[in-house]
Amino acid sequence: MFDNLSQQLDRAVKNLKGEGRISEINVATTVKEIRKALLNADVNFKVAKEITNDIKEEALGQKVLTAVSPGQLFIKIVSDKLTELMGSTVVPFNPTGNPAVVLISGLQGSGKTTFTGKLGLKMKKAGKQVLLVAGDVYRPAAIDQLETLGEQTGVEVYTERENKNPVEIAQNAIEYAKKNGKSLVIVDTAGRLAVDEQMMKEIEAVKAAVKPSETLFVVDSMTGQDAVNTAKTFNERLDFDGVVLTKLDGDTRGGAALSIRRVVEKPIKFISTGEKLENTLDEFHPDRMAQRILGMGDVVSLVERA
Amino acid sequence: EKTRGDFFSKLSKAVAGKSKVDDEVLDNLEEILVTSDVGVDTTLKIIERIEARAERDKYVTTADLNRILHEEIAGLLAENQSDDVNGFTVPEDKKPYVILVVGVNGVGKTTTIGKLAAKYIAQNKKVVLGAADTFRAAAVDQLKMWGERVGAEVVSKGMNTDPSSVAFDAVKVGIDSGADVVIVDTAGRLHNKVNLMNELSKIRRVMEKVIDGVPHEVLLVLDGSTGQNAVEQARHFTKATDVTAIAVTKLDGTAKGGVVIGISDEFKIPVKYIGVGESVDHLQAFNKMEFVESLFGGKDATNI
Ligand SMILES: Nc1nc2c(ncn2[C@@H]2O[C@H](COP(=O)(O)OP(=O)(O)OP(=O)(O)O)[C@@H](O)[C@H]2O)c(=O)[nH]1
Ligand SMILES: Nc1nc2c(ncn2[C@@H]2O[C@H](COP(=O)(O)OP(=O)(O)OP(=O)(O)O)[C@@H](O)[C@H]2O)c(=O)[nH]1
Ligand SMILES: [Mg+2]
Ligand SMILES: [Mg+2]
Repeated sequence: MFDNLSQQLDRAVKNLKGEGRISEINVATTVKEIRKALLNADVNFKVAKEITNDIKEEALGQKVLTAVSPGQLFIKIVSDKLTELMGSTVVPFNPTGNPAVVLISGLQGSGKTTFTGKLGLKMKKAGKQVLLVAGDVYRPAAIDQLETLGEQTGVEVYTERENKNPVEIAQNAIEYAKKNGKSLVIVDTAGRLAVDEQMMKEIEAVKAAVKPSETLFVVDSMTGQDAVNTAKTFNERLDFDGVVLTKLDGDTRGGAALSIRRVVEKPIKFISTGEKLENTLDEFHPDRMAQRILGMGDVVSLVERA
Repeated sequence: EKTRGDFFSKLSKAVAGKSKVDDEVLDNLEEILVTSDVGVDTTLKIIERIEARAERDKYVTTADLNRILHEEIAGLLAENQSDDVNGFTVPEDKKPYVILVVGVNGVGKTTTIGKLAAKYIAQNKKVVLGAADTFRAAAVDQLKMWGERVGAEVVSKGMNTDPSSVAFDAVKVGIDSGADVVIVDTAGRLHNKVNLMNELSKIRRVMEKVIDGVPHEVLLVLDGSTGQNAVEQARHFTKATDVTAIAVTKLDGTAKGGVVIGISDEFKIPVKYIGVGESVDHLQAFNKMEFVESLFGGKDATNI
């Protein structure tokens, strides 16, 4: 019942078999299947259209080597293209300054606070003197949540329970960090919608006040078509340095990653794969993400059968 | 930039007196639906329905067509079977009315519970909340703050305790204290984690032991910005807990939440509530027609 890409391509590839050269007609069907697969993976509508057009151009007229089947060649074109779009090189997370400041941003519930806890632990293990800052003054128990994560990881958390001004809290935290020999300050913020003007102004002000060397945009990997709108607005307002993809321990294809990458041209710096704080924060691998979106595990076996 | 009005007149021209709808127009319809997260398969289903109607009715005006389009999409949304018409009343014969709230991480379960409790309390109902998320950092504190804010008693055994035992206690306290409504919060869990889904089935079973027919309602909370993965969420949560209703949150943003159309159609679960903000009064009863209209940009679609 669940029509996965493997089955879709299987059908499409049948059209390609036995042809010496990829032609307009057999490409059309296959490209349609690829586009559908991208949309099912939540790749943005426009992005999916652009990508499949590119793929079509690249595929058309390519000579099929005797050693390789047309299906194999086609799949290679697609996966190479996606990997390339996902960013072929890894851009490292590189906070600088004394203390180095990292600002965390994103929509409600995307995983910012959890990520703040995880990053704190990772950096502590890398030998940094870390301070986490509870900059969410709105969500019930947001401060308690970050404090709990700090306790669990042995990382200090800066809080001002009576202060409702995140800009002041962040500034004071940096003063505190300087006096107390901290080398890295990670500022958690409240979740906000891109269309919430007041809240977007607030985070701009936080950024202007603390001058982070790394501003990260945290995205739920299950996000659908709206991912590009949100990423675009956050990027316009914050000019962020990188993206964090969360909840990749689920079974989402994660097409939002591709859309965001294509639209804002900012690297994905971390992927988060669990609720536990230890060993669930990883580097991003463009090729693996491309494979995930396409369901390439399936595709590889398909090629082997072809 | 093509406007939506253009689209409808084109669609009308393409459909009028024909049995097949023009490709270009269908492309437009596809774009509107897919970019609202309706998904390719459900979009195709909608297009088939429109074509079938066009074939049957032969001539349709733009206004007719607009109406048909809305009706066909709304027709995919399952009816609300419960006695509860406006979403915020509870059946008199079920006291306490017990609701179990489930969903993946960060979708808005706890917040929706706070808002829902406030609705009942506004009708002078007594509400008990069960803090059965004993896992996520400060989850109990968060629910307690909501309890204080809205005036609901919170039953809790603290963090890292057995969630089914908290759920059991909550229902029991609800009965003993003569509460009208009991709402049990659970930890967010991804549906592909078998152990966590089994835990949820267990919570349900343990609640059933207190009184027959409990929980009366299992509310699946979906984040309105989630894409096609929400279909898998619905599939697995339904399997584990017999979901009876859906709440879609975060519709105050630019995301449309269109994925619930296919979900409601496939699993025959009604959408009951929508979340439109973080404050206590940001919960509304779901309205099919308004929801469908929002896919087409609200008033624009009808105003052609
Ligand atoms: N499975 C899984 N859950 C995650 C991951 N990252 C975060 N979560 C969970 O997602 C939920 C939301 O995470 P938070 O860190 O509270 O999200 P947030 O962005 O700080 O939320 P707000 O502050 O309310 O905007 C929690 O239940 C987390 O445990 C992940 O990588 N995998
Ligand atoms: N804008 C907006 N934000 C919402 C809405 N509903 C919930 N939120 C926010 O989303 C975030 C997560 O909400 P929670 O209620 O903690 O979500 P949850 O499902 O209980 O999360 P876990 O227990 O960690 O799985 C919070 O910041 C809420 O304020 C809504 O309708 N609109
Ligand atoms: Mg947070
Ligand atoms: Mg919760």
